[in-house]
Amino acid sequence: MSGRATGATATRVLVQLRRDPRTVALLLGVPIGLVTLLKYLFADEALVFQRIGGPLLGLFPFVSMFVVTSITMLRERTSGTLERLMTLPLAKLDLLVGYAAAFAVVAAVQAALVSTVAFAGLDLRVEGHRWAVAALALANAELGMALGLLVSAFARTEFQAVQFMPAFVLPQILLCGLIVPRDRMARALELASDALPLTYSYDALARVTDGSALGRRFAVDVAVTLGGIALALALGAATLRRRTA
Amino acid sequence: MSAVAVDRLRVVRGGTLVLPGLSARVEPGRVTGLLGPSGSGKSTLLRAVVGVQRIQSGSVRVLGEQAGSPTLRSRVAYRPQAPSVYGDLTVLENLRYFGRVLGAGSSAIERAIATVGLERHTRHVVHRLSGGEQARVSLAAALVGSPELLVLDEPTVGLDPVLRRELWNTFHDLAGAGATLLVSSHVMDEADRCDELLLLREGEIVAAGTPDALRARTGAPDLSEAFLRLVEEQAG
Repeated sequence: MSGRATGATATRVLVQLRRDPRTVALLLGVPIGLVTLLKYLFADEALVFQRIGGPLLGLFPFVSMFVVTSITMLRERTSGTLERLMTLPLAKLDLLVGYAAAFAVVAAVQAALVSTVAFAGLDLRVEGHRWAVAALALANAELGMALGLLVSAFARTEFQAVQFMPAFVLPQILLCGLIVPRDRMARALELASDALPLTYSYDALARVTDGSALGRRFAVDVAVTLGGIALALALGAATLRRRTA
Repeated sequence: MSAVAVDRLRVVRGGTLVLPGLSARVEPGRVTGLLGPSGSGKSTLLRAVVGVQRIQSGSVRVLGEQAGSPTLRSRVAYRPQAPSVYGDLTVLENLRYFGRVLGAGSSAIERAIATVGLERHTRHVVHRLSGGEQARVSLAAALVGSPELLVLDEPTVGLDPVLRRELWNTFHDLAGAGATLLVSSHVMDEADRCDELLLLREGEIVAAGTPDALRARTGAPDLSEAFLRLVEEQAG
């Protein structure tokens, strides 16, 4: 792995995004729009907004980075650029870490903007540290990016890649505890939820939001989230083949 | 020693036997043309030489090493048949990226752009360029490093004749400076521009040698005719 190739890749991915201002506008604008929508949707039930607002700040980057990364990497595979890169002095990790760094920058901007609007404009309050929410949002973005990279190997068209969003992301959101608390789920669903990485990052966000003791369970949440990113990246690296049929 | 030595190479792609057991040599410092009709296995052979093709058996040695070995990645440049550049970036942004990965400086990038005649398009986004221009961006990306071996898959298809002649001159300049070039084409009239030829048909080498030697051997006036006679000779 070389810092040069990693940096070059991160810069290249960011320049590609900059060439697509509409996507950037959607990435940055949609979460703000949705948080605002929620605020007014629960105008009479302010407590609901306070309970789910914090976790959602962290979940938006997960969803958007998953979609953007899976499409970008699929294009890399289908346009032939990936094959070309595989003939160049570029380690697979250069490519993956380059992507991770580029999308971390985008996620940081996204999280900063939506947090500012939510905390300053919409009166969202979290019991814990706001910085913790931002840091978890960033970790979620990386988790979404890593999963997006991985699933792009299983899509042959952009239609398929887009369908992986409801297939891989929605079940995780349904089962993470946001909609139904996990202890009220059927046992089988609770077990399924145990196996999904988003469950842990949601739990961490929920703890920071409602001010419950962080402690050991929070440490486990963070460790599983980071471990999930590493595992998905490692599996993603395994799908990048220098030689293909 | 040959720059490329292929021995009994067998490749199956998508259930089809593309190369049944191909052997060939590419000599260093020469422009070798890989000529043959579409579907004859040219791209598959070139992919095997740069080490991105999964092979069933046989061996491919490149510059004294196993094809695809990590140390070859900065010594061998590959220009795939498809444009294989980033359509949403400008010409310059594309070449800067490939240049940085290869450790090439801005003068090498300017030289590559000038070689393919894209000076006026450096700030244009690639997917807005014509097909021929995109093909040239892709070729420039292969030229930014200082490779010892260039593997170019149909680099001159769809280009205007003047530019095509200039590119062939560039290929010979590069060979004159010590590089080895392996260039595929399905257009027989490009065969005469090569120092050496490998004629490929249905995954087998029909003939190998200099254009003059092939004409002399077949008694044919031009290489198209020579190719036909060689095919008939083998069938009969």
